Formats: sequence, C-alpha cells, structure tokens
Amino acid sequence: MARFALRRSAQALVALLGVSIVVFALIHLVPGDPVRTALGTRFDQDLYEALVARAGLDQPIVVQYVDWLARAAMGDLGVSFRTGQPVTAALLERLPATMLLAAAALLVGLVIALPAGILSAVRQGKPIDYAASGFAQIGVSVPDFWFGLLLILIFARGLGWFPPSGYVSPLVDPVESLRRLVLPAVTAGVVTGAILTRFVRSSVLEAMGAEHVRLARAKGLPERYVLRHHVLRNAWIPIVTVTGLQLATLLGGIVVVEVVFAWPGLGRLALDSVQRRDYPVLQGAVLFMALAFLVVNVLVDLLYARLDPRIRAS
Amino acid sequence: MSGQHPPAGGAHGAAAAASGAGPDGGADLVLSVRDLEVSFGTKRGTARVVRGLDYDLARGETLAIVGESGSGKSVSTLALTKLIPIPPGRVTGTAHLGEVDLIGLSEQELLPYRGRRIGFVFQDPMTSLNPVHTIGRQLTEGMRHHLRLSEADARDRAVDLLRQVGIPGAEHRLDDYPHQFSGGMRQRVVIAIGLSCGPDVLVADEATTALDVTTQAQLVDLVGQLQADLGMAVIWITHDLGVVAGIADRVLVMYAGEVVEQASVEELFARPRHPYTVGLLASLPVLGDFDRDELTAIPGLPPSATDLPPGCSFHPRCTFRDDPRCEHERPPLREVAPGHRVRSFYMVPEEEARHAAASERVAVEPPDVRDQGVVS
Ligand SMILES: Nc1ncnc2c1ncn2[C@@H]1O[C@H](COP(=O)(O)OP(=O)(O)OP(=O)(O)O)[C@@H](O)[C@H]1O
Ligand code: SF4
Ligand SMILES: [Mg+2]
Repeated sequence: MARFALRRSAQALVALLGVSIVVFALIHLVPGDPVRTALGTRFDQDLYEALVARAGLDQPIVVQYVDWLARAAMGDLGVSFRTGQPVTAALLERLPATMLLAAAALLVGLVIALPAGILSAVRQGKPIDYAASGFAQIGVSVPDFWFGLLLILIFARGLGWFPPSGYVSPLVDPVESLRRLVLPAVTAGVVTGAILTRFVRSSVLEAMGAEHVRLARAKGLPERYVLRHHVLRNAWIPIVTVTGLQLATLLGGIVVVEVVFAWPGLGRLALDSVQRRDYPVLQGAVLFMALAFLVVNVLVDLLYARLDPRIRAS
Repeated sequence: MSGQHPPAGGAHGAAAAASGAGPDGGADLVLSVRDLEVSFGTKRGTARVVRGLDYDLARGETLAIVGESGSGKSVSTLALTKLIPIPPGRVTGTAHLGEVDLIGLSEQELLPYRGRRIGFVFQDPMTSLNPVHTIGRQLTEGMRHHLRLSEADARDRAVDLLRQVGIPGAEHRLDDYPHQFSGGMRQRVVIAIGLSCGPDVLVADEATTALDVTTQAQLVDLVGQLQADLGMAVIWITHDLGVVAGIADRVLVMYAGEVVEQASVEELFARPRHPYTVGLLASLPVLGDFDRDELTAIPGLPPSATDLPPGCSFHPRCTFRDDPRCEHERPPLREVAPGHRVRSFYMVPEEEARHAAASERVAVEPPDVRDQGVVS
C-alpha cells in the first residue's frame, strides 16, 4: 500500500512537470511582447524593464524555464504584470474562498446525488426513477448563471433570506460566511449533483447486475444487506472516481458562479488574468489547477485501492 | 391443489431402484414441481419461458436437466425461490419443498429457503464471487444469517467446508480475496458456499462449463462425493451429455420451456423416444468428450419464447414429423415405460434411434453408459 502511494505520487509529479512545460510555454506562445501588451497604455520604460527582468524574459529560453521551475518549486511564481503583487500571494488570497465553495458545492452535490442515484437505480423504471432522471437532465442542461440569478431573485431579492452576493471568511464571521455561502454552493452543487446522480444511478445499476449479487441473493441474505454489502460496496469504486473528478473541477474555480455571486475565487482570478493579459497570474492559476487535479487524483487512487483489493495487490 | 395434476414421475421408483438412491413413494421426496410456468413481459409480448414443468426430486438423487441454450433450464430453477426479476417475470404453478409450496411464498418468506434449503452454484466462477470481499466473509455470511453462528464458529465451519471441497491450506485462505484463487479453486469455493447451510437441494447450473477439462472432471467428481456424504439432492443443469451419463440418476430434457422427455439415465441413453432427444444424442460425438459444450447438430433454431409455433413446439425442426397433429396440437406428456415420459405423437423406435446416432458416426453405447462417464 505504501509503495502504491509512493508510485502514484511519483507519477503525479511527472505529470506536473509536463503541465509546467505547457504553462511555461504559454507566455511564449503569445504573439508579440507579452509585457508590452500587458502594460498597454500604462507603458513606462522603467516598469517595462523591471518586469522583463523579473520575469527573466531576457534570458535564453531553456535557462528561463529551469529558472522559472526552480523558483516555482520554491513557491515563487513571479509577480503580476498588473499589480506587481507576488502571484503566489494572489493565489493564496483566493484559495480559501475557492476551497470553501468547492467543498460546500460537493457536499450539496453528494447530498442530492447519492440518495437520488441509489433510489432511482433500486426502483428502476418506477416514478422515482423518472423523477430523478428528469432532475438530472434539467440539472445538467440549465445554464448555471441563469440558475444562480434565479436563486438570487427568489431567495435574496424576493424572500431576503440570504445576501445576494459576496464572500466573508468563516474565520471573521462564521454565521455571515455561511449565509453568503448557501446560494453559490447550491447553484454549483445542483449542477454537480445532476452530473453525479446519473453516474451514481448507472454505477449502482451495473453493480446490481453482477452475477455475485445473484449469488448473494441465492444465499438468502436480506435485500438490505445485499444492497449495502454487495451492490453499494462495489458501486463506490466508480463513484469515488467521478466524485474526485468533480472535486478537482470545482477546485479549479467555478468561473460562472463566482462571477454571478461576486465570489473572490480562483476561477475569477484566472478569468481576470486572461482579460488583462496578466500572464504570470494566469500561469500560476493554471499550475495550481493542475496541482489540485493531480492531488485529488492521487487521493482518489489511494481510496480506490482501499476499496478494491485487486488494485491493492498489483 | 396438487390433486389437480397427475403425479409427474409416477414410477420414479424404478429409476431410483436402478440407481440405488432408494426413494419409494412420497416419503423421501424433497422437491415436487407441478405445472411450473414462468413468463416475462417483454416489449415483443409475453415470453413464455417455462411451460408446464413437472418433476419430482428424491432425497439424495441427481436430476440432470439438459437442453439447448434458452430452453429455460436456468429460469426454471431460479424461479423456484424467485431469483428472477419479478416483474417482468411471473411464476405460477407449485413447487413443494416438503410441505411448503415455495411458489406461494413472498420474497421475504422465501429468504429462509434460499441458501438454507436450496443452494445454488452458478456457471462462471470468475463472476460468482464478489471481488471486494474475502472468501471467508462470502462463505460465512449465509451461515451467520441462517444458522445464527458466531463469527468464530462460522469461520471454523468455513475452514471445514474449504477442506471438504479440496482447497489446500484451507485454514490460511479465509482472508484471501477471490482474485487470489484460480478458476477451479474459485468454483470449489462457490460449491462450498452452496453447501454451507446444508441444503436439501443443490442446483448446479452449468457449474463446470467454464472450466478446463481436468478441472471439470474433478468438480463433477467432488459434487458426486459430497452428495453421497451429505445426502442432498442435486439438480445438475448442463449441455454436456457426458456429465449426464457420469452422474445423473434421471434426466429431464427441456425444449422451448417444456419437458419433452424424462427418464432414468440408463433408459434415456438406451431408448430415447423423442425426436429431439434422439437428435441431441446423435450430436454427441463420443460420450464424455468435454470439448463440445454446445449441442449444435440439430438443424434450425429453437423458437422464440414470445412466438411459439402452434402444435408441437419442436415441429419446425422435427425430421420425424408425420402425424397431422404435429402442427396443430400440443402433444401430451405420455408415460411410455415406468418413469419414462415423452411429449410426442411419434415415438422413435429403438432401431431408428440407433440408426440416427450411427449415421452421425457416433458411439452411443446403450446400457452401461455410466461406466464410461467422466467419473471413473
Ligand atoms: N429477465 C428476463 N426477461 C426476459 N426474458 C428472460 C429473462 N431472463 C431469461 N429470459 C429468457 O428466458 C429464456 C430461458 O432462459 P434460461 O436462462 O433459462 O435458458 P437456459 O436453458 O438456462 O440457457 P443456457 O443454456 O444458455 O443457460 C431465454 O429465452 C431468455 O432470453
Ligand atoms: S410431436 Fe410431431 S413434430 Fe413434435 S416431436 Fe413428435 S413427431 Fe416431431
Ligand atoms: Mg442457463
């Protein structure tokens, strides 16, 4: 198990190295001079030269990459072309809001998807199955900005139960933080829940069809026992994988939801950096998303190995 | 209720006497199936998958059910304890296990019978075991549930069972997972599971089909041995007439969901009377040859269960058909000799059956087939 964990982490590091090359190349793929473009009308020769030197753009490309990588490994991702703020600091500033929203959205998603998916599989073809499938269909096809706006209109403007937007750190004011979290978390969570519902349903259906489930029934075990220990226990394996993918996606920032709810997360930061051609920030954001993705995947694989003895052994 | 139907194997005593199993009268009957019908509601209409199945099973007896793929062999046994999806499935008729009619019980009421009174071994040992649980757990969960054994007692008994089915180092293998066993060993585990609660009837549904020749023979042997030791009845479903010759006391030949012929194994191999059975035997190259598991030599395909032909369901493929009733009237199941029942208007004479077999250049050696079987 420890060896498996080590091997998986090593694989993830290699993948991260690959991502770093792409991210590094990003700044060099932009036509023209990225610093000049970024500065635009605010052009100032001294600032320009300082930024070019700081970003190391005056060095040979291989040197630049090694340099950049070495610094990135130390947590130094350069400074923003716009604000001069260190990129790492900018990312860390956004991280808590993103993690809070991602965790809350995943929670909402699972609270919807697990019962809905399991019930609709167990009652396949019954009204509850159609209801759950209908929800999933609507959930994945309704645009999230529209859904978010609808929630704001009803629950913030109309009923006044929640503030319409903004983020407050739970460390500053836990109650207010929670009140502001509800609507964006529900918006992102419903979409996540819809995707997961379909997946949970099909995973459970597949697990139910296994021959060993029939043998478990033939043993005379009660239906609840069979469902829990021979159907769901096996269905967790694919469900965990997809849940991990969803979490990774959410951690990358949910741009639309963040924009609608003025949520200061990473997705918003990445979007802004694209619009402002702030390449170091964009590089940092993309690198972070890749890192989050890889970390979640390693965790999923470890969990997977716990759930499936065949993987543990290999 | 059972008075409505004539007893099925009115003279199965003859078969039993021949095989030495010894049931006489109703006292030693474990299972008595009458007029079993199973149908499924499908998009293309009602599929009548099992039609009017009757048979008796005596304590310690081995009944082989043979027939082509889709003839309803599996469904007819699974339906006994409602192990088919209901709906779309529908089961009628009676199946008395002792005094109790299983068909009349709800799924909840059937739980004490499943595994406890009727054990199952399915075809594919690679999929019959849950990959995420240890075999110890899969072996003990039924016993803990039915026999209310403590974990320690159940594990002790599990080790005994693994020994009984011939798993080396049994005491060290309870905590292993299925993927750590070979196919043959897995099937031994599945057999152990089937035996674990001491059932009256063990249904082995093509239990050796997926295994290699040597392993097949070993497992056939093993089940025969266990049956002798434990005195349970076995329903052995198979395509393999070699296995039938080796272990069965009586044989039920199914076609399109119904019994077309039933007799003791000696009688069936020596004097097959139904055209379909004659075809099956003719398609057998050499008795005991394990390499053929599909019986394909009869030209044509069995009918669809949603679209059964009128009259005799075998008539579109029957080469003996010469009675005008064949196409219009369902032939009744008639007793032609004690314990030998045939559903046909035409009884293939002994000479002709041999001729049909010989013309395919096969050796159907009548009387002592059992000795040539796989269990030697
Ligand atoms: N759930 C179901 N719904 C509809 N039809 C079914 C269902 N289960 C089985 N059948 C049909 O019942 C028929 C008999 O199936 P069964 O599995 O009993 O055949 P079999 O004789 O065991 O064949 P094989 O030798 O291939 O195992 C088949 O035509 C099959 O398609
Ligand atoms: S009843 Fe007629 S068609 Fe059917 S098996 Fe007998 S001879 Fe053939
Ligand atoms: Mg079958």
